[in-house]
Amino acid sequence: MIVRINPFAALEDIGRRRFILGSGALLSASAVALLAGRPALAAEYGKKKGADTQSDIRILNTALGAELEAIAAYGVGAGSGLLQKPALDLALQFQGQHKEHADVLAKTVRKLGGTPVEAKSRYEFPTEQLKTQADVLGFAAGLEKGAVSAYLGAVPLFRERELARAAASILGDEAMHWAVLRQALGENPVPAAFVS
Amino acid sequence: MRCALAVTLALLAAQCGIAAGSTAFPGDPARGAAIYDRCIACHALAYNRTGPKHCGLFGRRAGSVSGFAYSPAMARAKFTWNAETLDRFLENPGRTLPGTTMGYAGIADPRERADLIAWLRQATTESPDCRR
Ligand code: HEC
Repeated sequence: MIVRINPFAALEDIGRRRFILGSGALLSASAVALLAGRPALAAEYGKKKGADTQSDIRILNTALGAELEAIAAYGVGAGSGLLQKPALDLALQFQGQHKEHADVLAKTVRKLGGTPVEAKSRYEFPTEQLKTQADVLGFAAGLEKGAVSAYLGAVPLFRERELARAAASILGDEAMHWAVLRQALGENPVPAAFVS
Repeated sequence: MRCALAVTLALLAAQCGIAAGSTAFPGDPARGAAIYDRCIACHALAYNRTGPKHCGLFGRRAGSVSGFAYSPAMARAKFTWNAETLDRFLENPGRTLPGTTMGYAGIADPRERADLIAWLRQATTESPDCRR
């Protein structure tokens, strides 16, 4: 049985913890700016309350923007008429999971006091290059691979370590999407021991 | 004076031609194409997505693609993209340009950066996507 989890559950009290941890981390940001020989910048950092939280919000919002685009991309794929079952079911399931990622990211941004980015009214996709089911699956696989890289690049940046864990939880899901799409395309589903 | 206004010392050094250290490797565009896979969750050559489009990147002022909502940090940046500034930025975007919304740790390996930059130089000028 698969039990549904909330990867962000440990963050329920994040606002409070951030309040306690905030000032020390702020100091280090000022120190970095000072080291870089920019005393004016250091002063600006010192004044800006919760620079660490602002940084985490920026990372979450960028990830949210990419998730919202992925939801739209699967919508285009599923609506293209090019996908047959079972590929169509996969696309819809993966789209649903991207929606879950987006929901939890938006909720977390709000919890941190930020404003979640919203879906664009219009996205550009290379639709003229999508003519077969394999084209659509290949396009989706590329986006999922990219998403794995993007989360991998976000994990070490979070100032709040619980956010890193939550992002890694999403990374794992997107890596599974990527592998299953490769399998559906007849490619080696797991081409390497590491993702990059 | 313009240099003195550059966003960080690292970029300042690159912009003013002080030993920027990206020329150690010639850079293999074929390998760089594969490394660009790490960017395609957010970027495309020809159109804006979560990140700005990359066509015409070299020689363009940072934060200057019209219609893209940059962070204040990038929008205020006073440097131009070239092999050196890209090398600095891609090594660690958030350290090079504090406040950037490119929430990506960067590419630590200088050879990988050189390969990626070699590919970007070609693709952002010569690829069919960028010629349209
Ligand atoms: C998680 C999404 C994401 C990933 C992954 C990502 N970027 Fe970005 N990138 C952005 C965003 C967002 C911006 C705008 C940053 C700002 O305004 O501060 C940006 C800006 C840039 C810029 C500045 C462009 C300009 O017009 O001034 C360059 C160059 C760039 N990215 C290159 C790359 C490369 C190369 C990679 C892959 C190694 C990459 N990015 C990976 C989101 C991303």
